[in-house]
Amino acid sequence: MSGFQTNNKVVSWLDQRLPIFSMLHHSGIEYPTPRNLNYWWNFGSLAGFILVVMILTGIFLVMNYSSHTSLAFDSVERIMRDVNYGWLIRYLHMNGASMFFILVYIHIFRNLYYGSYKSPREVLWWIGIIIFLSMMGTAFMGYVLPWGQMSFWGATVITNLFSAFPIVGDPIVTLLWGGFAVDNPTLNRFFSLHYLLPFVILGLVVVHVWALHTVRSNNPLGVEIKTQADTIPFHPYYTIKDLFGIGVFLMFYCAFVFWAPNFFGEPDNYIPANPMVTPPHIVPEWYFLPFYAILRAFTQDIWIISAKLQGVVAMFSAIIILFFLPWLDTSKVRSAKFRPWYRQFFWLFLVDCVVLGYVGGKPAEEPLVTIGQIATAYYFAHFLIIMPLLGKIEKPKALPASISAPVLKEKA
Amino acid sequence: MRKLILSALVAAGLTGASGAALASGGGEPLMKPEFSFNGFFGQYDKAQLKRGFELFHQVCSNCHGLRLVAYRNLEAVGLTADEIKTIAAERDIDDVPNDEGIVSKRAGRPSDKYIGPFPNDQAAAAANGGALPPDLSLMAKARVGGPNYIYSLMLGFKDEAPEGHLVPDGKFFNVYFPGNNISMPPQLMEDLVTYSDGTAATPEQMALDISAFLNWTAEPELDVRKSMGLKVLVFLAVFTALLYALKRQIWKNVH
Repeated sequence: MSGFQTNNKVVSWLDQRLPIFSMLHHSGIEYPTPRNLNYWWNFGSLAGFILVVMILTGIFLVMNYSSHTSLAFDSVERIMRDVNYGWLIRYLHMNGASMFFILVYIHIFRNLYYGSYKSPREVLWWIGIIIFLSMMGTAFMGYVLPWGQMSFWGATVITNLFSAFPIVGDPIVTLLWGGFAVDNPTLNRFFSLHYLLPFVILGLVVVHVWALHTVRSNNPLGVEIKTQADTIPFHPYYTIKDLFGIGVFLMFYCAFVFWAPNFFGEPDNYIPANPMVTPPHIVPEWYFLPFYAILRAFTQDIWIISAKLQGVVAMFSAIIILFFLPWLDTSKVRSAKFRPWYRQFFWLFLVDCVVLGYVGGKPAEEPLVTIGQIATAYYFAHFLIIMPLLGKIEKPKALPASISAPVLKEKA
Repeated sequence: MRKLILSALVAAGLTGASGAALASGGGEPLMKPEFSFNGFFGQYDKAQLKRGFELFHQVCSNCHGLRLVAYRNLEAVGLTADEIKTIAAERDIDDVPNDEGIVSKRAGRPSDKYIGPFPNDQAAAAANGGALPPDLSLMAKARVGGPNYIYSLMLGFKDEAPEGHLVPDGKFFNVYFPGNNISMPPQLMEDLVTYSDGTAATPEQMALDISAFLNWTAEPELDVRKSMGLKVLVFLAVFTALLYALKRQIWKNVH
């Protein structure tokens, strides 16, 4: 924290008692960042940006929302029609959720490609997964709040998953619902938690950045920072690059908000919730579809283990398995740039996730059921078989001596 | 093992079959008319919204409600304040209790939401052979295809169901309705209404007008939204270009 200097007496007085300016200077200005980060490294700051957008728009939505089953739907429609720019705030929030997941999915796949989860960044990676899990919970509960048909039936289907667990299952579901069906107590607790969790995520993001600044950023070459020549200060180089990224992202985001605000939504959610009428095809939001496909891939009871329980366990395992990735991946080389085989399997895995997402959004018909089962098997095989084996048998290409070495060679 | 695979296949087949049964019927691709509000620059055609309202008010509102739209909102479709006052007063609703606690009726006001034809859903269903005519405020957002669905449905009635398809008593065959048997009778007969602007009321014209009007009831903000979006996007494009130029300048010596 040596780099911070000031002539301002007040700032200096405060900083000696609470080093807030030193800290900001240390982590926001002089933080030594690899000089070779490409644009895939923009998505962390973009995710942080959209989190702030979500919290701000959310706070204003709450000022006009009623979390009672008899009022919720109409209070949202009142926001859309009578609140000044209410439609803008709500569409920003609604599409912001989808944007958040797009950004975070790209951020995660960037990690997978460049091996950012490997030593010494395992804890950084873990915190990221916990953020992802919190996001899923927050998004799911947020989708229930407008109290449309898909809100109600989505909540019913997803909370019912917990009933698959023997003995404790039913009490858990009753506890989640606050009764014996999805009803007013459910809506109220979801609303309360939907307001709480984003601030938990914000706290986790602080820890995530703390861990990042301790172990430093990975980079496209995947070799560690060795000398000062490998790095540039965060400001102004990456502040301006991140700002430019935010500009591009905002154009993409606004295109949906202003021209296709319901693109990511389900028409059924504009029908008020009705416990007596089940929609013909209940689907979760698009960002849950790959996991929904894994859940539905299990169609056969084995002994006393119901297909539903297998599906639920598999669905949770699909995320839990990510915690073990730093050890399942046995290769010492981080970046896929130097791993010719892994690079192929990375794209195959990405395609597999897209296939799962497609299957998850369609009715359970053949041949999609079988395709979903094969894709589910491949999802787990990627982590449990391919990753451990690849590290042993693949022959990685030669790594550059340092981050700056290829740049200097070019210049010479 | 073979038994297990076999039963897995059977189970998958069964779920597949039930899914197929659900999807059958009403799967006709929708007609896609040219709406004025389609596309990047598209905006509502005010004259068309007014025609749509006239049709709704004279025909649809005998069975369907429009509970999220207030009479005062109708200024946006080109009605004058006086016209709105007259239209609002056509139906009565319950007043607040007076000093003696007696609830009497009063005429509707511009600040009221559009007063539906029935006091409650049960009365609406009872008057329509058990089928509840849905509220139309959000119909254009609550169905796949939105205004295209409404347009297609209005023109999708057929006098004769295809052979083998049973249409129960009190139902009508419609190509686009899920399951094909709809409780609403065909509505759009030639010259069903007389438009105040003199437009000929052909079924196609009326279907177009009502679809546009119901899109307005679902998305009254569309005009403002698109024109604001245009300004936002132009601003962002210029701003982002400047940020990019600045980025190039700052990074000049690093590459």
